[in-house]
Amino acid sequence: MEAVKCEGLIKMFGKNGRKISAIDRISFSVNKNEIFGIVGPNGSGKSTLIRILSTLLIPDGGSAQVFGNDVVREYGKVRRVINRVSVDAAFFKGISAWENLRYAARLYGMKKGDAKERSTAILAKLGFAEKRMYEPLEDLSRGMQQKVAIARAFFTAPMLLLLDEPTTGLDPRSKRDVQEYIRESMRREGSDLTIILTTHDMKEAEALCDRVAIIIGGRFVAVGSPAELLAQYKKPNLEDVFLELTGQEWMEVEDEL
Amino acid sequence: MNYRTQAYGSIAFVERNFALVRRYIGWEAVFISYNVVNALAIGLIGARIGKEMVVYLVVGAMVWGFLSILFHEISESIAWERWEGTIEYTFMAPISRFIHLIGNCLWAVVYGVIRSILILAIVVLFFGISIKGANLPGLFVILVVSGLSFVGLGLVAAVLPLLSTEKGAYATHILEAALLLISGVYYEIDVLPVWIRPLSYASPATYTLRAMRAALLDGAGFDQLMPTILLLLATGLLLVPLGMLVFNKAEYYAKKKGKLKRSG
Repeated sequence: MEAVKCEGLIKMFGKNGRKISAIDRISFSVNKNEIFGIVGPNGSGKSTLIRILSTLLIPDGGSAQVFGNDVVREYGKVRRVINRVSVDAAFFKGISAWENLRYAARLYGMKKGDAKERSTAILAKLGFAEKRMYEPLEDLSRGMQQKVAIARAFFTAPMLLLLDEPTTGLDPRSKRDVQEYIRESMRREGSDLTIILTTHDMKEAEALCDRVAIIIGGRFVAVGSPAELLAQYKKPNLEDVFLELTGQEWMEVEDEL
Repeated sequence: MNYRTQAYGSIAFVERNFALVRRYIGWEAVFISYNVVNALAIGLIGARIGKEMVVYLVVGAMVWGFLSILFHEISESIAWERWEGTIEYTFMAPISRFIHLIGNCLWAVVYGVIRSILILAIVVLFFGISIKGANLPGLFVILVVSGLSFVGLGLVAAVLPLLSTEKGAYATHILEAALLLISGVYYEIDVLPVWIRPLSYASPATYTLRAMRAALLDGAGFDQLMPTILLLLATGLLLVPLGMLVFNKAEYYAKKKGKLKRSG
C-alpha cells in the first residue's frame, strides 16, 4: 500500500466570479519511507495539495488517500497519522514555545512528560536551547519559531509528514539544521516516516528528495528522481530542468514571490 | 484516540486559555476593573430609589457580564485561532470537533463563574447588600444552567468568525448587543415596544435574569425556581447540539471554499 495515492484530484476556487483551477487533475502516489518533493512557484498549487492531504480542504473531484484512508470520508483515521509544517509558523505568539507544544501534545493524546522529553530532544538537535522554550514565541526569531514548528510536527511521531516550505525565510544555518534533522529522521532505524516536502529551493529538493514533481498551474509537468529528471532533460541541475519545462528562469520565478 | 484520551484532550483548551490569561494579566486586570466599575455605576443609578433597585440593576450587570463572557470566549476563541493561523493545526488534530468546542466552553464557564463571583463579592461589599435571605445555591444553579444556553448561542456565533474573521467579529458583537436590548437586563421587558417582545421571550437571558432576581431579592426556593431551571436546561440541551450542528456545517463549507487559511 502506498503512503499517499491521489487520482484525478481537482480543486477550484472562485475569484471575482471566475473559477480558478488550483489543482488540475493531479494523479500520483508516494511510497512509504520516501521523501517526495513538490517544487513550483507561489500559486502553483503546492499548498492547496498539502491542505487537501491534511484534511483541511475538500477536493472538488478525484480522490486522495493516506495509507488507504480517504481524506474526506475517513478524515479521522488520516489525522491520526499525519502532521504538517507550514511556511508561516502559526502559534499563539503571546505564550511560550513549551505552552504551545503542550497544547499540541494534548490534542494528539500525548502525555505531558513524553511531550516535554521528545520536544526537548528534537529542539536540541535543531540547535534550540532548552531555556528559550519558556520565552514568549513573539520574542523569538523567525528561524527559532520555525524550529518549534518542526518540533511540533515531529514529536507526535506521524507516519506522513507534510512539510510545506519548512525552510523558506530561514537563515543558512537554521536551514541546514532543519535539512539535517529531516535526513536523520529518515535514516533512523525502524523509521516508518514518509515525507512530502514542498519547496522553492531546487537545491534542497535535489539534495533531500527521492523523487521530485514539478508543479505549474496546478498540474505536475514532470515527476521522477532528481537523477532521472536530469538525465531525461539532459540538464546539470533541477533549475535548468525547470527552465526547460516552463521557459522561465527559476530566479525570475523567485523574484515574483 | 479513545474517548477517554479525547476527553482528556479538552484540557488542552483550558490550559492554553489559562496561559493566555496569565500572559496578558495586565489586560485581565483592566477588564475586571472595568466590569466592577460598570456594575457599581449601574447599581448607583438605583441608589436613590432604594436597595432593592440597586440589587435589581446589579444582578442585571452581573448576569450580563457572565453571559457575555461565555458568548465572547467561545466565539472569539475561533476568531483568535484564525488571526494566529493556528486553526488549521487545531482542525487537523485527531480530536473530535465536539471535544474541541466543549474544551473551549469548559474554559468559558469556569472563567465566567470565577469572574462573576469576584464581581458579586465586590459589589455586595460596596453597597452593603445583605444576601442573608437570598437563595445562593439556587443562584449558582441558574448561573450554570443558563450558561448551557449561552454556550449553544456562542457556538452558533462562533460560526461567523470561522467563515469571515473580521466581518464575523462585527456580526458577533451586533448579535450580543441585540441580546442586551431584548433580554430585560436593566428593565422589565414590558417596557419594550410590543413588536420586540416576542424576541424577548425567545432569549434565554430573559428567564435567567428573572430567576436570578427572584433568588436574590425574594429568596425564591428551588420549588419556585424549578420551572425556569427546567426551561433553561431544555433550552440549553436544544441549543448546544444545534450550535454543534451549525458549526459542523460551517466547517464543511469553510473546507470546501478554502476559508481556514490564516487571516490577519
